Amino acid sequence: MTMDQFLGLYNYWIVIFLMMTGFYIVIARENLIKTVIGLNIFQTSVFLLYITMGKVTDGTAPIIQNPVEHHGEHHGEDHGEHAAEHAAEIGVTNVQALSGGADSVSVTSTTTNETLDQRIEAVVPASFEEDLPGRAVDATSHGLETAGHGLDAAGHALETVGHTDEIYSNPLPSVLMLTAIVVGIATTALALALIVRIREEYGTIEESEILELDRNS
Amino acid sequence: MIAQLPILIIMIPLLAAPLFVLLGNRKIVLPLALAVCWSVFAISIALLKQVIETGTISYELGGWPSPYGIVYVVDYLSAFVMLFVSGLGAIVLTYAPISISREIPHSKHYLFYTTYVLCMTGLLGMCITGDLFNVFVFLEISSLSTYALISLGKTRRAPLASLQYLIIGTVGATFFLIGIGLLYQMTGTLNMADIASRVETVNGPRTMRVAFGFMTVGLGIKMAVFPLHTWLPNAYTHAPSVVTCFIAATATKVSVYAFVRLVYGIFTPNFAFETLQLDQALMVFSLIGIFIASGAAIYQTDIKRLLAYSSVAQIGYMLLGISMANVGGLSAGIVHMFNHSLIKGGLFMVVGCFALRIGSVKLEDLRGAGKTMPLTSFAWAIGGLGLIGVPMTAGFISKWLLLTSAVELGWWPVAVLMLLSSLLAVVYIWRVVETLYFSEPSKLAATAKEAPLLMLIPTYVVIGASVVFGCWTVYSAGLASKAAAALLGIAEAGGVQ
Repeated sequence: MTMDQFLGLYNYWIVIFLMMTGFYIVIARENLIKTVIGLNIFQTSVFLLYITMGKVTDGTAPIIQNPVEHHGEHHGEDHGEHAAEHAAEIGVTNVQALSGGADSVSVTSTTTNETLDQRIEAVVPASFEEDLPGRAVDATSHGLETAGHGLDAAGHALETVGHTDEIYSNPLPSVLMLTAIVVGIATTALALALIVRIREEYGTIEESEILELDRNS
Repeated sequence: MIAQLPILIIMIPLLAAPLFVLLGNRKIVLPLALAVCWSVFAISIALLKQVIETGTISYELGGWPSPYGIVYVVDYLSAFVMLFVSGLGAIVLTYAPISISREIPHSKHYLFYTTYVLCMTGLLGMCITGDLFNVFVFLEISSLSTYALISLGKTRRAPLASLQYLIIGTVGATFFLIGIGLLYQMTGTLNMADIASRVETVNGPRTMRVAFGFMTVGLGIKMAVFPLHTWLPNAYTHAPSVVTCFIAATATKVSVYAFVRLVYGIFTPNFAFETLQLDQALMVFSLIGIFIASGAAIYQTDIKRLLAYSSVAQIGYMLLGISMANVGGLSAGIVHMFNHSLIKGGLFMVVGCFALRIGSVKLEDLRGAGKTMPLTSFAWAIGGLGLIGVPMTAGFISKWLLLTSAVELGWWPVAVLMLLSSLLAVVYIWRVVETLYFSEPSKLAATAKEAPLLMLIPTYVVIGASVVFGCWTVYSAGLASKAAAALLGIAEAGGVQ
């Protein structure tokens, strides 16, 4: 292993250093709080391990950038994406209408694109009358159709993005670590709660003193 | 509805838990908890029936096809393990109300039911999921709720035992997580079947070995295999009786199940036992564990601790079977999970009855209880025979299967040592039987009454089942050998590719 390779793996050295530090604290410390802190360091090293494996050099978050913001000339794609967004929004509002919220349609529809807005308003007054579900379904299918067209256009937009050598990091390890962090918090909280109870019962949080007290009782 | 059963078995107890917290200390919580546990048991029966009729069930969560989405897989093995986990869970909860009213402060009852159903969710989830990271999440759900349940114990040592288990258990779970991470690094997937199909092509690189090592040690801590068992005796001894019944009957077995999946479902026995020669290590640790733990059990004065050490020894028998890597040994290991779950669950339920009526589980206080509590003491004797492995009890079936496969493989020393170790079980069971029946009653035992029927009936159901499954093995050993054949069949097919 050359020096460059050795230094290039620096995240892994940090992971291993933290892992061993945490583990050593867990084993060696008498004080229960310090043990829990050691446990935290140990868990954190694993978060780093996962994040390291997901990271790609120069990679960004895997979010499709709107190409227009970078390259002003792609007007067609811009339209496509906007159409897709609006159509999707209408789809959503219509689903809300399906679940019985005719009010929400009129409320949300005010925020949508003008032309599509008119279509919705054409639907909404009618849907207040008798057969709300039927109308709403019609409207949904209509909205989805528009969404379909919009998505096609958006598809073209994506293709153009594909040509501009964007590199993305792998998001999955980070997502997994969100769960692991939550688990870690739960563990720490429970451990601290238990330590509070131990302190109440024994009056100390030094493990050797606690064991001594138990031996005498 | 039928198609949704695999998700319902997880969602019903998972959603019941926050509901119980919201309901607080109302009387409705107990019937609701019972309804949840028994309906989960019913679902697991339905799932097993479905597996027997139509084969393996795959359920894709949210309609995302595997390996992109999480998939729940119900095959013979997972259906079988879920069946006895949910069954024991339901029976123990039926037995619980009187016992916990004595051992857990009334204000905390609803929290007991909440953590109980959460623990069940975690255990069932570990069985059903086909996604490796999901196993970790469910492992932590079950572990965290187990820590909370143990800390409900009456004595001041309960929170300490719970914290000790929490620290070592978290280290174990984190080891498992490291293993998953390394595996993901090598294969780029978390779906077990998908990993299994990719492991074959990259057989043996160091990362793979390290991953397997981390996961084995992590699960070893959770299984309480010798010498990683140190948390278990304290946790079982200081937890409330009902909690001990439940976790002794289910928790360690589910970790053994996860280990079986790891070896046979993901890494293939070829990798685990030939490349890494884990089978020899397992065999040695199992046998040492069986002897040391059984030996320690003999010298205990607290029968809860006695049974806890015996549990460590019994895990040794399961791993011994698993390390044999043939259909006979593997099915012996699997069926011993079931049989031991019945026997140990039943025996801890007997201990719960003693704790209720005598107020102590020290051997000296139990002297002569055979006269005042004849039914409870008789249940101990029957369950004890099962633990020793006397013919006509469930324990005999699994030990017989283990013995025959050991002899088949030509492992004569192992066979002899197993027989010798059963003698140690005779000693520690007999010590208790002798105390119960043939000594002068202690002050506490002389005034004790027979345990209430509401506790005796569930106890006898479990103890009775251990006798029934000692004679009639279609649904215990029969299913276990089908599960073992399926596991080895998959492993062989994977080896051909």
